[in-house]
Amino acid sequence: MNKTLKSAFFDTIPVLTGYLVLGFGFGIILKSSGYTTLLALAMSTLIYAGSMQYVAIGLLSGGASFLTTALTTLMVNARHIFYGISMLKRYKNVGKIKPYLIFALTDETYSLVCTDNQNISPENKNRYYFLVSLFNHIYWITGSLLGAVAHSILKFNSEGIDFALTALFLTVFLEQWLNRKKHTSAIIGVAVSVVSLIIFGSEKFLIPAMLVIALLLCVIKEDGCDE
Amino acid sequence: MNNLYIWGSVAVIALVTAALRFLPFVIWNGDRKTPKIINKLGNMLPYAIMGMLVVYCLKDTSFTDIGGFLPPLIACLITGILYVWKRNTLISIIAGTVSYMILVQMVF
Repeated sequence: MNKTLKSAFFDTIPVLTGYLVLGFGFGIILKSSGYTTLLALAMSTLIYAGSMQYVAIGLLSGGASFLTTALTTLMVNARHIFYGISMLKRYKNVGKIKPYLIFALTDETYSLVCTDNQNISPENKNRYYFLVSLFNHIYWITGSLLGAVAHSILKFNSEGIDFALTALFLTVFLEQWLNRKKHTSAIIGVAVSVVSLIIFGSEKFLIPAMLVIALLLCVIKEDGCDE
Repeated sequence: MNNLYIWGSVAVIALVTAALRFLPFVIWNGDRKTPKIINKLGNMLPYAIMGMLVVYCLKDTSFTDIGGFLPPLIACLITGILYVWKRNTLISIIAGTVSYMILVQMVF
């Protein structure tokens, strides 16, 4: 049990750094746009989606309609459908915590739970999933609150600190790559995204990229999964 | 009114985000057998999605000036090479992020 707790904590340290920093940035921007600390707390607890919360500040300040807000959220967060699809099996029999695990499935949590952790025995898996999800959620809320509270006190040039999340995804990508012999799906993911980015631009590339990735993965032969 | 607008917007974002996260579990829930193709997708997606997320993070990189693409390129190389060499997530992320910050704040 303690071992699971330890693994969950050590595995989430990269997310801890990334979330504290990004949450901090979110808190600062939200406060300097004239909103309250309570709103920062509410958004980070209830929405809990990093990039979308940054986008939300712009929507709120710009007075976007509820419909625009809903559609923007749909576009920015559509990738979460994919996380659900690949967690169907792992989260099948997790019991009462299932709604929370699904609610808390962010990019970063997904990157930690989507591949098997060798240090976790099967009977401790559910506990591990729960702790990773909870820890990450706490880091995110803490970062946002710290940012909201400190925004006037602290003058620290944090430009570029958001690279922490890029680096996290890059290391997960490399880890998966080094652990597998065939790389068809990884190559499809990168190549399709890059082509889509060139064609559709940075605002609109995600949805076409996701559709083409899903389509290609459906038609190619499965390249050695773990089950 | 203003408050109503703010909290209403937060509720909309929270509900749409949660709906996207819950959708697959609602569709393929419980005893209903998950179609083979969805299982296959589920197994292969993690590898493709991590690649997509890396591209997503770098999507605003500008290729028109050196200051736009050299910092992310150098920082990614540092992160990647360190990771392949040491296999330590934390070291790679810290080294990559610190070098990126130095590059964007002081060099370019």
